[in-house]
Amino acid sequence: MIIGVPTERAPEEKRVALSPSSVAGAIKLGFKVNIQAGAGIDAGFSDREYEEHGAEVISSAHQIYQTSDVLLKIRPPLSQGTENEDEFSLLRPGQTLISLIGPGQNPDLLNALAKKGITALAMDAVPRISRAQKLDTLSSMANVAGYRAVVEAATHFGRFFTGQVTAAGKVPPAKVLVIGAGVAGLAAIGAATAMGAVVRAFDTRPEVKEQVESMGAEFLMLDFEEEGSGEGGYAKVMSEAFIAAEMKLFEEQARDVDIIITTALIPGKPAPKLILADTARLMRPGSVVVDLAAEQGGNCELTRPGEVVTEDGITVIGFTDLTSRMAAQSSQLYGNNVVHLLTELCPEKNGEITINLEDEVIRGLTVVHVNEVLWPPPAPRLSATPTPAPAQPVGAGQAKQEERKKSGSALGSVLALAVVLGLILGVGAFAPKSFMGHFTVFVLSVFVGWQVIWNVTPALHTPLMSVTNAISGIIVVGALVQMSSGSGVVVALAAVALFVASINIFGGFWVTQRMLRMFRKDS
Amino acid sequence: MMAQGLTSAVYIAASILFILSLGGLSHQESARRGNLFGIAGMAIAIFATLLASTPTSYALVLGVMAVGGAAGSTLAARVEMTAMPQLVAILHSFVGLAAVLVGFGSFLDPAAEFEGAEKVVHDIEIFLGVLIGAVTFTGSVAAFGKLQGILHSRPLMLPGRHLINLAIGLGCIWLGVLFVGSDSAGSALWPLLIMTGLAFIFGLHMVLAIGGADMPVVISMLNSYSGWAAAATGFMLANDLLIVTGALVGSSGAILSYIMCRAMNRRFLSVILGGFGGETSTGESSAIEGEAVAVSVDETVQLLSEAKSVVIVPGYGMAVAHAQHPVSELVKVLKERGVETRFAIHPVAGRMPGHMNVLLAEARVPYDVVLEMDEINSDLPDTDIVLVIGANDIVNPAAQDEPNSPIAGMPVLEVWKAETTIILKRSMATGYAGVDNPLFYRENSRMLFGDAKESISAVLAAL
Repeated sequence: MIIGVPTERAPEEKRVALSPSSVAGAIKLGFKVNIQAGAGIDAGFSDREYEEHGAEVISSAHQIYQTSDVLLKIRPPLSQGTENEDEFSLLRPGQTLISLIGPGQNPDLLNALAKKGITALAMDAVPRISRAQKLDTLSSMANVAGYRAVVEAATHFGRFFTGQVTAAGKVPPAKVLVIGAGVAGLAAIGAATAMGAVVRAFDTRPEVKEQVESMGAEFLMLDFEEEGSGEGGYAKVMSEAFIAAEMKLFEEQARDVDIIITTALIPGKPAPKLILADTARLMRPGSVVVDLAAEQGGNCELTRPGEVVTEDGITVIGFTDLTSRMAAQSSQLYGNNVVHLLTELCPEKNGEITINLEDEVIRGLTVVHVNEVLWPPPAPRLSATPTPAPAQPVGAGQAKQEERKKSGSALGSVLALAVVLGLILGVGAFAPKSFMGHFTVFVLSVFVGWQVIWNVTPALHTPLMSVTNAISGIIVVGALVQMSSGSGVVVALAAVALFVASINIFGGFWVTQRMLRMFRKDS
Repeated sequence: MMAQGLTSAVYIAASILFILSLGGLSHQESARRGNLFGIAGMAIAIFATLLASTPTSYALVLGVMAVGGAAGSTLAARVEMTAMPQLVAILHSFVGLAAVLVGFGSFLDPAAEFEGAEKVVHDIEIFLGVLIGAVTFTGSVAAFGKLQGILHSRPLMLPGRHLINLAIGLGCIWLGVLFVGSDSAGSALWPLLIMTGLAFIFGLHMVLAIGGADMPVVISMLNSYSGWAAAATGFMLANDLLIVTGALVGSSGAILSYIMCRAMNRRFLSVILGGFGGETSTGESSAIEGEAVAVSVDETVQLLSEAKSVVIVPGYGMAVAHAQHPVSELVKVLKERGVETRFAIHPVAGRMPGHMNVLLAEARVPYDVVLEMDEINSDLPDTDIVLVIGANDIVNPAAQDEPNSPIAGMPVLEVWKAETTIILKRSMATGYAGVDNPLFYRENSRMLFGDAKESISAVLAAL
């Protein structure tokens, strides 16, 4: 099958659906790749690079649309504009379109695609299950956006991120607050900490605390009991009381931090307004707010989508094309996601795609197939992330139980000691004197053994066993003594004992030596 | 002919040498010297005994020892390190067998004449020595069979097995009373013989009822028994050297059993009573949902080449696949690239205490990068990649998260805290504990299916 990659026509879109390296991946699967001349220029990929990786460069968009069986794009097909710019009308029935579709926001597009007989696979409708992570464009784009958000913030923030002590004086580190610790939030945390800022993060889902801390940020806790995890690992709408507590926290933080990066999104809903205009104005002049939710209306009231506004000295960045601003990186990741999808679609590696609707992942992202709109897909099966059980308070009862256990074991050891002493006394009272001598030796040896063995390093436990194997061959002494017996039967028994004990002695010491020779230190 | 006092002096020296031998094992550096102490102790003890006693034929004694020694040396020289548990098990059985034989010899020896209380004590000593020896013998043979794969490693669950054990125990006590009470050697022989038979059955049954994962405990326990058998023989022969050595070995095995039980959060008694691995958990454990993510060799290589720190967790599967050599090569390659590579060893990884350390040592992995569970658990959150090779229960997060899990409370290696965990496994089967492992379904877990040796070799080739 032929895969066609046209130049993106949407204004300001710099990305391209396949990077040269992912072209190689697609070709390995048996596909032929045609790419429109100059498609990768804005992302920093030259036509020559594509050719080197095996793609054919075709100058006309028309020809790309005409020849390809699978059409790879970033943006959903445009249908406005002149005849020449109308991507939708260039699509041919029977073609498979792989791109971002926004199936939830664009029902008209879905219907139109179905009517035209196009199979549409939405890269932004990948189910949130572990197996599909490598296809998840939303995650990889969010990652880029989170990183870029920090870069944009740094550009508009007139100071260092990292604290320094210089000859000219001390510079305090920038304080960054990241709201929403999804993929974008975590990427922003990572980038900001790497630049030396002091980073704090907030999220309604308490289970992300560990992830936030692992990225080097402080997790802000809200003193409020409410579980914010919605279906599929996304956040959900919170109660009013929760939001009030949240707002108070943001107000406190706004007075303190230099940069706020907001990434709070709830699937299918407008972005929650978290930074009210008044809250934003609490920030010091020169502070920056980067709103990653601008496209869905913004988390900050001052945000104007696509623009940078400055109000009372506070810069609010509402870019909606952060990923396009890192076109090379985004294109490479998008291309990798697409190649992973192609791998799923083409298990035989024969260059033919099959839409297997039984497969949960494929079913999820197939939004139009055989003249039918298949959106929304059935709910995904539960993800493997265990929903945390409500924290079990270590109640008084449990503590008491543990205490009882402890005192029980102490009592037990005292009792055991008493029993042992009693036994020894009992033995001493009845046993003959000769026995007591040996008994003394025995008890003392057990204690010596106990003291010595605890010092043995666990790494040498196997040699310990084999050496004790060898020295318990000392039973040979008993057999040797019996070899001098007058009775033939006894000598015969002793001879067999002598034989097996000898195996033990020689075998045990030898194998121990062999093993110990192998232990060596790194020189 | 040697004077009695001189023999005793030599025995004391031998005892000291044995203690030094065990003490030497506290460090890798001193271990080899320790083993030489042990050999020296054994040599002077045998030499002194030979001089002090008057065997009917020195030729016979030396001949038998030579044959036995040759057999033992051949065994020791040829055994593969992966088969160490079997070797140790069979060596235990020899001690048990020797104790039984010497016990019978001592009983039949016409030279031994005791009166009154001394006779009672001597009879009890013989009886106990033979009993412990017999249990050690068949128990070790059964353990050997399980480890060698001759017997199935699943626990054998006879109906009413506890009753059977109890009946055998009571029977032995009754036979003991008969044995001590009888006045002629002829009438005493039968109780001794029957008891030996019962003890054989008991030893066999006890070990057969214990599952494969509990083998480290079983081996240590039999190690301990073999020591007690030697000690009992020492009492029987009034030989202090045997008593000292037996007590040393006995307590060594006891400590090992204790360590192993603690590492599995199990009580010694419940291990011995057996049946673990077959029973279902008492409470309702929450079902695991989700899908395991498989990775290819290429992706593993990719992950490894980006990592800065790698921890390898080996388990019994590495021993089975004989993968220690490619693993060692892998470590060498990673180190050359400046990747911090270490091993994490769980106390019960493998089939006997310290098994993994020996395998890694055989593959020339330096022991200073081989760390114990307690040493490395705190480092795992900062680790980029954990490679789990053929281990399962010892990395199961259910031990911490799942109060109803059969392995709840067992200390485990917290590999899921690392950035990414790659699990090399033949299939999705459960470990010996029969417990499903939620680790495989974690978001940061990747499964590399296939034979561990082949997978590692492929990764190595690609790196």
